Amino acid sequence: MSKDTVADMGLNRTGIKTSPIDSKDIVQEAQRAPPSSPGDAQGIHRVRQQYAREADGLGHVPPPSSLKGVAKTAAGLLKGQKSTVFIDKLGERLAFERTGVRLYEGALSKLEVYGSWEGGPSRELLTKILDDELSHFALMTETLQGLGADPTAMTPSADLSAVISQGVPAAIADARTNLRQCMEALLVAELTDNASWELLIDLARGLGHDTLADRFQLALDAEAEHLSLVKGWLAAGVATEARAPLESASVPAP
Amino acid sequence: MREQGAAAALLRRMGRAFPPPFKEHLVALDLFQEKGIPLERQVFTWKDLVRRPYSKLDDDAFTRTRVILMNGIEADALRMKHIFARLNRELRPHLALVRRAEHHQQTMVNWLNPPDQSPLETTLGFEQLAIEATASVAIHEPDPYLAQTYRFGMLEDFDHLYRYSALYDRVEGKDPNNLIQSYSDIRPGRPTSLEHRHPLDDVRTPYDHKTADPLSKLHAITITASEFQTHDYYMTVGPQFADPVARQLYAEIASIEEQHVTQYGSLCDPDESMLEKWLLHEAAEVYNYYSCLAYETNPHVKAVWQRFVDYELGHLHYVMELFKEMEQRDPAEVLPRTLPEPIAFKEHREFVRKVLAQEVDMRSNGPDYVARLPEGHRSSIYQAQLNSEGSPSETVAAGYHWRPGTELAAKAERMGSVQEGRRLQ
Repeated sequence: MSKDTVADMGLNRTGIKTSPIDSKDIVQEAQRAPPSSPGDAQGIHRVRQQYAREADGLGHVPPPSSLKGVAKTAAGLLKGQKSTVFIDKLGERLAFERTGVRLYEGALSKLEVYGSWEGGPSRELLTKILDDELSHFALMTETLQGLGADPTAMTPSADLSAVISQGVPAAIADARTNLRQCMEALLVAELTDNASWELLIDLARGLGHDTLADRFQLALDAEAEHLSLVKGWLAAGVATEARAPLESASVPAP
Repeated sequence: MREQGAAAALLRRMGRAFPPPFKEHLVALDLFQEKGIPLERQVFTWKDLVRRPYSKLDDDAFTRTRVILMNGIEADALRMKHIFARLNRELRPHLALVRRAEHHQQTMVNWLNPPDQSPLETTLGFEQLAIEATASVAIHEPDPYLAQTYRFGMLEDFDHLYRYSALYDRVEGKDPNNLIQSYSDIRPGRPTSLEHRHPLDDVRTPYDHKTADPLSKLHAITITASEFQTHDYYMTVGPQFADPVARQLYAEIASIEEQHVTQYGSLCDPDESMLEKWLLHEAAEVYNYYSCLAYETNPHVKAVWQRFVDYELGHLHYVMELFKEMEQRDPAEVLPRTLPEPIAFKEHREFVRKVLAQEVDMRSNGPDYVARLPEGHRSSIYQAQLNSEGSPSETVAAGYHWRPGTELAAKAERMGSVQEGRRLQ
C-alpha cells in the first residue's frame, strides 16, 4: 500500500458492490423485518432536547486573577459590557494558536519523511507559520495578562474549540497519513482560525479595545496568508497526484 | 433450581427486614446497624442512569478522581463476581442478583464523566487518583510491609502523571494542570522505563486473613480495583490514539498497570473463602462510597454517592446473611464494627516528596524491597529487552519540565508577540 499517494486503486471492502450476492440478500432481509417501534429519527431529537434543557453548560470563565482585572470587569459592567465574553474568546484563540504550534511540528515531521511536491510546502514556510502561531499565542497571553485574566485557564470556548477540532491533530499525527493529507487537516484549522480572528477583532472594537484590535489585525493578516498558502499547497498536491496516478508524487524536501 | 429458589427467598426476607436508609452521619458508620436499601428496591431507568455529568472546567479535580475510582471499584465488583460464578454453583444466583445492581451502579458512575473530557484528560485523572488515593492508603495502612508496597507503587504512578502530562503538552499543546488543578506535582518519579520488572518480582506476600487489620483488607481491595480499571482503561483507549508515541506510551504504561494489578492483587490472602472475599469487597464498596460522600463538593454527584452508600449497605447485609447461612460464621469475625476514617481526597505533596526522596531507587526482588538488585538480575534482563528498541516514556518526556501554560509558554515568552521582526502593536 503506497503512502505517497492517497487515491491509488486497491482492495477496499466498504462498498455494497464488493459482495453482490450477499448484499442483495441482506438488503431484502433489512426491508422485510419491521421496526420494533413506529416513528422516525425525531425520537432522537426529543431525547436530545430533554437533556439539553436539563444540562448545565461546559463551565465558566474564571474570575479575574488580579485587582486590575477586577477593576476592569467592574468598569465594563458599568458600561453595560460583559467582559467575560471577551476573556472567553481570547482564551479560545490562545489555546488554538498554542495547539497550532504542535500541528505544524507534526507537519514538519511528515515533510521530513515524505518530502514536498511542486507547489507544495517548504520547510522554511512551515517553520514560519509555526513561529507565527507561537507569536500569536504570546500575543494572547500578553493580552489576557493585560486585562488581569489568567492566561493558563481553559475557558469554555477554548474547551469547545478543542472538542470541535479534535480530529485535526489526530489526522496529522496518524503515521498512515502523508503530508498532502495533513494539508487537509491544516486547511480546517486555518479556515477556523481566520474566521475566529475576524470575530475577535469585531468583538474587540465593539468593546472599545481599538489598540488590541489593531494588533489582532496584524495576526489576522498573517493567518490570511497561512490560509492562502495551505490552500495552494493542497491544491497543488491533489493536482500532482491526479496527474501522476501510477508513480510517486513526492520529490525530495528542499 | 434449588439455588435460584434460595436466592429469591433471601431477597424477599431482606426486603422486609430493612430499616430506613443510612443518612449522612459520617462519624463511625456502623456496618451492622446501618442496613441501607434492600437489593429488591435498587431500581434504575435509562434516564436515571444517564445523568448530567460533572464539569471538566468548574468541578474540583477530586470529583473527577472519585468518579474514576468508583467506576473502578464497581468494575472490580463485577469482575470478582463473574469469576466466583464460574467457580461456585451455589453462589451463582446470589452473585447474579447483586452483580446486576452493581453493573447499573457502575454505569451511573462512569457516565458522570463529561463528553468534552478526552481520553488523555481522563488518563490524567486516573494517575492523579492513583497518586493521591494510594498516598492516603499508604499513610493509614497499619501493616508496615503493605504500607511499603503502597509507597512503592505510588512512586510509579507519580511518574506516569509526568509522562502523560508531557504527552498532553507536546502532542495536544495543552496544559495538564487544567486537569490537575495544582494539587499534585508534575515531575519525574521512579522513571517508568525502570519500572518494568520480571513477573516474579511483582508478586507480593499477602496479609494473613486471620490476623490482619480489617482496614488492611479494605485497602488492598480498593487499590487493586483501582489499578485494574486503570489497566483496562489504557488497554481500551490506547489504540484510539493517532500519534505513534501516544500509542507506544499507553502500551508501556498499561504494562506497568498489569504489574501493579499483580502486585496489589497478591496482597489479598488467597486462603480467604469466596464468601469472605465477597463480604470484604462489599464492605470496601461501602467504605469507598462513604469516603467519596465525605469529600464531595458537587451536589449532583454527592447525591449519587449517598444513594450508593445505601445500596452497598444493602448488598453487604445480603452477603452477611449468606455468610451466616452458608458458612455458619459470624460476619463480625471478618468485618470491622464501624468504618475507618475515609480515604482522604486531598493533596499529599509533602508525603509524596518525602517518599520520593527516600525510596525512588528502591527495587523489588521477589516479594522483598531492596536498595539495589544484584548484577544480571532477571528484572534487569526483562527490562533491557523491553526497552531495547527505545523507551516511549523517555522519548515523550525528554527534557520536559512542566510549566504553567505548557512548555511552549516559555518559548512564546522569549519570542514575544512579534512577527517578521515587527512587534504586533
